[in-house]
Amino acid sequence: MHFVAWGVYAVITLAAWRALGHLAAPHDMVPRAPRNPWSDVFGRLWEQRDGRVAIQVLVALIVLAALAPWLAPYSPIAQPDIVALHNLPPSLAHPFGTDFASRDVLSRVMYGARVSLPVALLAVAVSTTVGTLYGAVAGYAGGRTDAIMMRIIDAALAIPRLLLLIAILVLWGTVGAGALILLLGLTGWFGVSRLVRAEVLALRDRDMVVAARALGARNAAIIRRHVLPNVLSPVIVAATLGVANVILIEAGLSYLGIGVRPPAASWGNIIQDGADQIATLWWVSLFPGAAIIITVAAFNVVGDRLRDALDPRQLDGS
Amino acid sequence: MTAPLLAVRDLHTWFHTSAGIARAVDGVSFDVQPHETVGVVGESGCGKSVTSLSILRLIQRPGRIEPGSHIEFDGVDLLALDERAMRAIRGARISMIFQEPMTSLNPVFTVGDQVAEVVRVHSNASRREAMDRAVAMLGQVGVPAPAERAREYPHQLSGGLRQRVMIAMALVMSPSLLIADEPTTALDVTIQAQILELLAELRAKMGMSILLITHDMGVVAESCSRVLVMYAGEILEEAPVTTLFAAAHHPYTEGLLAAMPRMGHARERLAVIPGSVPPPTRWPQGCRFHDRCPYAWERCATEHPPLYQIGDGHVSRCHLADEPERRVQRVAGGKPERTAAGEAAR
Amino acid sequence: MARFLARRLAQGVVIVWLVATATFLLLHLAPGDPVAASLDNPLTPPDVRAHWRHVYGLDRPLGEQYVRYLAGVAHGDFGFSVPHRESVAAVLADAVPNTLLLMGAALLAAFAVGMATGVAQSRRRGALDRGLGFFTLLVYSVPEFWLALMMMLVFAYRLRLFPVTGMFDPVMHPYFGFWGRLGDVAWHLVLPATTLALLGAAVVARFQRAAMLDVAHQDFIRTARAKGVPERGIVLRHQWRNALLPVITLFGLALPALLGGAVFVEKIFAWPGMGLLTVDAIGTRDYPLVTGSVIVGSALVVAGSLLADLLYAAADPRIREG
Repeated sequence: MHFVAWGVYAVITLAAWRALGHLAAPHDMVPRAPRNPWSDVFGRLWEQRDGRVAIQVLVALIVLAALAPWLAPYSPIAQPDIVALHNLPPSLAHPFGTDFASRDVLSRVMYGARVSLPVALLAVAVSTTVGTLYGAVAGYAGGRTDAIMMRIIDAALAIPRLLLLIAILVLWGTVGAGALILLLGLTGWFGVSRLVRAEVLALRDRDMVVAARALGARNAAIIRRHVLPNVLSPVIVAATLGVANVILIEAGLSYLGIGVRPPAASWGNIIQDGADQIATLWWVSLFPGAAIIITVAAFNVVGDRLRDALDPRQLDGS
Repeated sequence: MTAPLLAVRDLHTWFHTSAGIARAVDGVSFDVQPHETVGVVGESGCGKSVTSLSILRLIQRPGRIEPGSHIEFDGVDLLALDERAMRAIRGARISMIFQEPMTSLNPVFTVGDQVAEVVRVHSNASRREAMDRAVAMLGQVGVPAPAERAREYPHQLSGGLRQRVMIAMALVMSPSLLIADEPTTALDVTIQAQILELLAELRAKMGMSILLITHDMGVVAESCSRVLVMYAGEILEEAPVTTLFAAAHHPYTEGLLAAMPRMGHARERLAVIPGSVPPPTRWPQGCRFHDRCPYAWERCATEHPPLYQIGDGHVSRCHLADEPERRVQRVAGGKPERTAAGEAAR
Repeated sequence: MARFLARRLAQGVVIVWLVATATFLLLHLAPGDPVAASLDNPLTPPDVRAHWRHVYGLDRPLGEQYVRYLAGVAHGDFGFSVPHRESVAAVLADAVPNTLLLMGAALLAAFAVGMATGVAQSRRRGALDRGLGFFTLLVYSVPEFWLALMMMLVFAYRLRLFPVTGMFDPVMHPYFGFWGRLGDVAWHLVLPATTLALLGAAVVARFQRAAMLDVAHQDFIRTARAKGVPERGIVLRHQWRNALLPVITLFGLALPALLGGAVFVEKIFAWPGMGLLTVDAIGTRDYPLVTGSVIVGSALVVAGSLLADLLYAAADPRIREG
């Protein structure tokens, strides 16, 4: 299961970078001297110190997660001595302490990354795809179809995502990792669809599309060459920020016991392990929480910087 | 010659950006006399708006009025004033109106409120009094049913009405100098004429001076008594309006005049000035117009021309004043001939 | 204005209807039937099952069930909660006001602090801005349940400043006078509301700061300066009044997320609201309660959005003509 996840994740990353390349391609029809577009956007990200640090943090996290089986000091599920070694506060031997079952918390947190990160990335892949398709269709169709489709989105957005997820998970009972990812993805695409629809609507009437149509271009070609590149911009930003959000939601669900279940370690359920006796077992909850904060903050920063970097209007000085 | 109302000497306003120092206004000097309308004309990017903003000290970072600049208004050194004293002048003694009346008005307050705000800021008037004065002023600028209109919001008014509101805001405290930055550019031609007429009327009635910034030579011809032609941060020519239109000296002015489409003149193509304005971070050495000038010769590329005196109240920043025989167009490989532009302007 | 209101109300009704339909589908698409959970005992004889299925109308055609379900929802009847031995409506009716109290307090605090922070950040662009920005970023990235746990750890357990859980003192509350009871609830409200408010304030601050910076570039700010308006007037009257608009929009958008956060906070602090009920319903598999929560939660969101739209219309005259 993990290999599949990592494989998909790698494909997504590569696809995203290629998409970014198309993005930096002209928004207007004036031909420009060809430049390496990847380095353009990446360069702008890298320039700012916080973007740089955030990317480095993410890379470090991904490496840590990938290499956890070799880097973690102990096995995350091993319970060596449930009597003598349980509930130990942080020490040199166990920098994050041990939990009620004498499992090393540091190792569990490291393995937790192997769960939380891919789940979030895959879920966002799902929601981005579905949302983009739905929004593009709605925007391009226009009229009554659009109105109806958007009313549905309004209703969907009115439902608190967590309540909906709880309801579904209560009704369906235990679900596997794949189903969880699908669920997270399928409850998160509504906002993206609105974004995409707005872009498509704006572009549909833009002169260059009208001109292309007047020249006889087919709809599919119009979508691919004119609409899509402009639409990808806010979508990529939304996706990055979406990953941050899903990590938080998955952690919440795991905390409640309906997400990733023990003994598999997810940052959320590790926090739950310490929650009942927070006063005395604070280390069990503190460290996975810190891991979440660092990861989510890094994604948020990258998302914000991407938004600035992909903004076609270059703001200078202010 | 009476003391000028506004005296600008050696104004340098530079923008210190990461891409270099943009010398938007680079050594501009001129006067505005009481009761006169002075036009400042030039294409976008020549520095005319920055000049007007500099007079009111509304330039913000990374722009800065460089030391050595001098602006005197009614005997007061504007650049030496503290911010509070300067604020007392803005809106009350020197006012400014801008190009885009829609975006220049606050969308969430009524127009009456916004005019009254000027009164309240500069006097001790109560809300009631201020609103009364605002309504009166709105009436004076030709807003029909001013009391009702005062309760409306900017988005409810037409472009022409909004500009009238801007004018009311600017004039309600009877300033001595009104700076109008492209006041008619965003308006339809018919409304344009009305606004210009209104400005002329108010100027006569209130006895103020107007510094009119525009890129439209037609507006200049209609409204101004004296004209300054700006380019690349400098004044290239200054003349009384009739002189400018009858006998412009500077090749750039010639070009501007020739570019005006005129009724009754059959012409196949619109005349243009070839090339474009150089970037403000890298003004050329020598004359800044030389790469687009039909008459330029070697001296123009290396020696920056001073303002030569051409006639009474007429100066021109062009070496042709020194070597008039050079006024022949260079044609590659052919015989030099007088330019069509030069002919048309005469 | 009235037309605007009527239209938004109608839209709200449509939304609640769509949500109810969605929950109906959920209920009937889920494995097992809705009664099965309550009758979990495998020893229940089949005729008892059949009896209860009949009582709940589960043997009728789907279409008819749907209509009866909708009719129920329209009357506020969400079914019967077996674990609570009461109608879902009664259970929720007790809990929803507590949730509203918590969220109301949190929203107030979040917006007040957030707006002030955002404005302050936009005024001084130096170290204060960066510092606050970093801090809001961190807070924004914190999971609510973790923050709740840490708040409880530090302020209730370690510093003993506030009670650990509950909405009121379990023993003393009935003996307090009116002000005493008020104070008791308020004291219990502090930690959970602060947790929610912190997160809310971080989001509001970022929005407000961005909005202030956007407005700063607008032409009418330049006009106001040219009129000689003092700096304070510029910031408050001209800049902030316009920067308020996106923040009002945020109010409507943030409600679902806030409700979600309330779920965790109520569970951890044992605040007797809707969220706590919902979490407990996970364990007891109380389907009617869970779906009732979804519908009521959505209705609250819709009501909140309506309020936000009204506020927006009050603030932005351009919107008012229908």
